[in-house]
Order: sequence, then structure tokens, then C-alpha cells
Amino acid sequence: MIDLRGKSAHADRAFRWVAVGAAALVLLVLGLIAVVMTDKARPVLAEMGLDFFTSTRWSAPDVLYGALPFIWGTLYTAAIALAIAVPVSLGVALFVTQIAPRWLKKPLVYMIDLVAVVPSVVFGLWGVLVLSQHFGLGRSFLTAGIILAVMITPIITSLAREVIETTPASEKEAALALGATRWEMIGATVLPHSKGGLVGAVMLGLGRALGETIAAALVIGSALGQITTNPFAPGNSMPAVIANEWGEADDMHKSALIALAVTLFIITIVVNLIATSIVQRSMRRSRGKV
Amino acid sequence: MSQSVLHPGLDLRRKRSWRSTKSLLMSVLMGLSVVAVLIPLIAVMYAVISRGAGVMFASFPEFFTAEIPMISRKAGPGMGPAIVGTLLATGGATLIAVPLGILGAVYLHEYGGTTKFASIVRFMTTVMTGVPSIVMGLFIYLTWTMKFGYSAFGGALALACLMLPVVISSTEQMLRLVPTNLREASYALGASKSRTIVSVVLPAALPGIVSGSLLAIARAAGETAPLLFAVGAATAYNPHLFTEANTALSLQIFSNATSSFVAAQERAWGAALTLMTLTFMLTVIARIFTARFALKR
Repeated sequence: MIDLRGKSAHADRAFRWVAVGAAALVLLVLGLIAVVMTDKARPVLAEMGLDFFTSTRWSAPDVLYGALPFIWGTLYTAAIALAIAVPVSLGVALFVTQIAPRWLKKPLVYMIDLVAVVPSVVFGLWGVLVLSQHFGLGRSFLTAGIILAVMITPIITSLAREVIETTPASEKEAALALGATRWEMIGATVLPHSKGGLVGAVMLGLGRALGETIAAALVIGSALGQITTNPFAPGNSMPAVIANEWGEADDMHKSALIALAVTLFIITIVVNLIATSIVQRSMRRSRGKV
Repeated sequence: MSQSVLHPGLDLRRKRSWRSTKSLLMSVLMGLSVVAVLIPLIAVMYAVISRGAGVMFASFPEFFTAEIPMISRKAGPGMGPAIVGTLLATGGATLIAVPLGILGAVYLHEYGGTTKFASIVRFMTTVMTGVPSIVMGLFIYLTWTMKFGYSAFGGALALACLMLPVVISSTEQMLRLVPTNLREASYALGASKSRTIVSVVLPAALPGIVSGSLLAIARAAGETAPLLFAVGAATAYNPHLFTEANTALSLQIFSNATSSFVAAQERAWGAALTLMTLTFMLTVIARIFTARFALKR
């Protein structure tokens, strides 16, 4: 190889190392998050042991920190959000890709993406002052679930759209040529083809719903110790507790809230990892195929 | 995997009329789900604009300039300090995360490629995108705020942590679109690798990078949870980035939303309209960049 770099070789190497440093920053920050947070969560875990995850009593004055109701609240609201958002997102993605005329497609996608731009605190404000008051929902698991559903729909929709659009036209045309109706065509070609990617899209939406803080904190009702499947009951979730209780927390209480954050961190990371690997695998497969 | 074979569930023997009715029904359901998505969007926009504009223009331009009333039940304007706080925190985050993110992406695409280290970083970038924003806020509280106290800069750090992975992955995507020919032409002229990246590759990808960064900034400007622990609370102007507690539009909306005083709620709506205008403007500018100047796929 001919080296024409001459005196710029030093600058070249320096630039490379700066870039490496910037990339390594990601690892550094993530590592620091894990180390610092678990370190600060240790006092409460030493005090409570595994009861932290299984006890249902959360009372700062008694130094009792059982996070189970909040873990339940997080999972339950996320489940409600998914139950609403998944069929809707799938319907929207199918409408945009299979039914909408060309001229309608772009404005529709634009509008749906606009939902993702609305700050979560604005959704929370609307949820508190409009949705929970004028529709008789109150502040409850259901209200939080609805708000979360609205917030994750654009994410699931846009990923689902991408996955669905990789369905080969030849397969769709084959189904139609056999006399299948549009719905039969979708059921026979589009859905089986995109199944993996759709599952991944839903999982990414789940990751988002689990970690969303502010909107949930505003509308979930901040009730302590509720483990119930009644969607109209006020409840609490991990991020909401952290946001609402941090201000007046003493050291042990703060440690407990950090332990909640660590729990949330681990759950969302696991969900996101599974989601990403599913999406990537299915994308690779469908690209390789075309 | 049934690759080119049609799904075994495709049964075309049933009566045509029922099959087309079902198809029509499902199409209607799909149309309805579009309506279901647009209703909340329109309802939120309507509420924010109708209630926010009232507050905003009842005292124009004081709403944007006056300080926030210390007593929250007091009616009247004032979101000036919150606007300054949002601009400080978001601006600071942009100055930190955008250059670092672009450099990180340059490493991933131009140097790392498929090496082990690059794959790990790429993977961890995806992981970092999924970290809940409240976790970022607590992390910055523990590592920065506990030592140096509340400031807009703490908020900027937390927002930067959220933006960094987004900027890295959107920039890497844009770098991928730059044709290899351009790099080869530059090398053929005797330019070094760093020179090629700075004066050929990055300019070619610039519109896309700007667009991706603007979207990340728009997201960051609307964030609340990361600011909650690092920025503190204030009602007076604080133009200093590094010292003293500050406030932000999102923080004001959050604290006023649960207030039982109508005056505070009104200010929350006004702040919401201001914040949404800001994020929408950033998004529209990003769109224009994508549409006008971006490299074609």
C-alpha cells in the first residue's frame, strides 16, 4: 500500500482516537448507570432483602419498602396500553400500506408521526384535566393505560409499516389472482410474512410503555398498595412513584426509589433487547429474501 | 418457513358473498383504527390550542416575558423563566450530544465497521435508547447534582444522555447512504482519511444528520423526567447554565397540572402550547431538511 498521508498521519490518528472515544462514551455511560445505581440501591436491598420485590407494604415512616404493587401497576398499565395499542396500530399500518390511496398515505403517516412529537407531559396534562375529568374515568390504571396506548401507537405503527412493506408484491398478487379478497390476501401473505417483525414492534412499544414516567405519574392516581385487576381503581407504577415521592424522601427512601429505578431499568432493557433482536432478525430475513 | 407458498389458512371455497363482506368489514375496522389514532391527537391539540391560546394572548407578550408567580393560585402571566430554562437545558444538551453523537457514528461507520468493538458499541447504543428517561434523570442526580447542586446544566447532561444514542444511530444511517465513490475519489486526490471524513463524507450526509439531530432535540425539549431531579425549582429568571436551580416549560406543566388552582392550570396550558409550538417547529424544520436536501436512498 502506498502511504500518501505524510505529515497528516498524526492528525489522522488523533481524529480516529477522538471518534473511538466518543463511541466508547456509550459504554462508559451505560456502565456507570449500572454501577452507580446498584450501589445506591444497596442499603434498601440489604434492609429488605427479597421482600423488596415480594412485599406489598410501602411505608416510609415504618422503613418498609415492598415494591410489588408498583411492579404490578407498571406491568398492568403496560398490558392495558398494549391491549388497546396493538390492534389499533396493526389496523393503521394495514390501512396505510394496503388500503389507503397513494395521495392519502403521506399525510396520514405525517399525522401519526405527529403524535410522537407531542411531549409526554402534555399528554399527561390532557389526561389529568380533560380525559379523567370529563369522561368519568378518574385517575386510574385505565386512564394511564389509555394515555400510554396513545403514546406508543405511533412507534408500533411505524415499525409495523416498515415490516409489512417488505412483503413481496408477487405473493400478494398471487393470492389476489387466486380470487382471494383483500382481507384473505392480508391473512395469507402479509401477516405470516411480517409476524416476527410485528412481535418485535409490539415489544418495542412495550419497552416504551414500561419506562414512560410523566404521563403515567400524572394520571395513575398515586394510590399505595393496590394490587387489583380493576382497571378503574387508582394505582401506582414504578416510574410514577419515583417522580412523585423523590422530593420528600429521606436517605433510605431515596435508596428504595433508586432500587425501583434499577428494577425498571432491568425490565425495560430485557424487553428492549428481545425486541431489537426479533426486529433485526426478521428484517434481515425478509431483506435477504427479496 | 413457507416462503413462496401461500398460507395454508387461505380457504377460497367458502361463499363469495360472505368472504367479500368479511373483507369489507375488516377494511372498515382498519379505517376506524386510523380514526381512533387521530381522535386523541386532535383532542389534545384542540385542548392545548384553545385553552393555551386564551392564556397566552390574554396577556401578550407578558406571558413570554414575565416571571412565574411565586404563589401559584395567583392568576396572571409568566412563563419567561421556564422558556429560558428549557432553551438552556436543551441547548446545552445539543452542544454535548450532537458533536459526540456524530463522532461516535463516524467511528462506527467509517472506522469500526463490523469489528467486534463496533458491534458491541452499536448494540449498546440500542440498549441505551431504551433506558427510561427517569433512570437517566436519577443517574445524573447521583453523579452530578449531588456534588454540584441544581442547575440547568444538570438537566442538559441528562438530556444529552438521552439524545446521544439517538444521534449516533440516525447519523450512522445517514453515513451509510454516502456513496463509496465519494470516499474513493477523495482518497485518489491524496486526502487522508480524517480529511475525507471531515470535508467529503460529513458534508454529503449533513442534511440527514441535521434532520436526525433536530428530531432528537425536539424529543429532548419535551422531556420532563430527566429534568425533575437535576434542575430543581425556580420562579425567577436564571440565565446561568451552571449555577442555581432553574426551571423548564415541561417542569412547569408537570407541577401545575395537578394543582387545584385554576390559575395554575391555565398557566400549564399556556406552557403546553409554548412547548408544543417549539417541538413542532423543530420537527417541521427537520422535515424540510429531509425533503429538500437529503440524499436519496
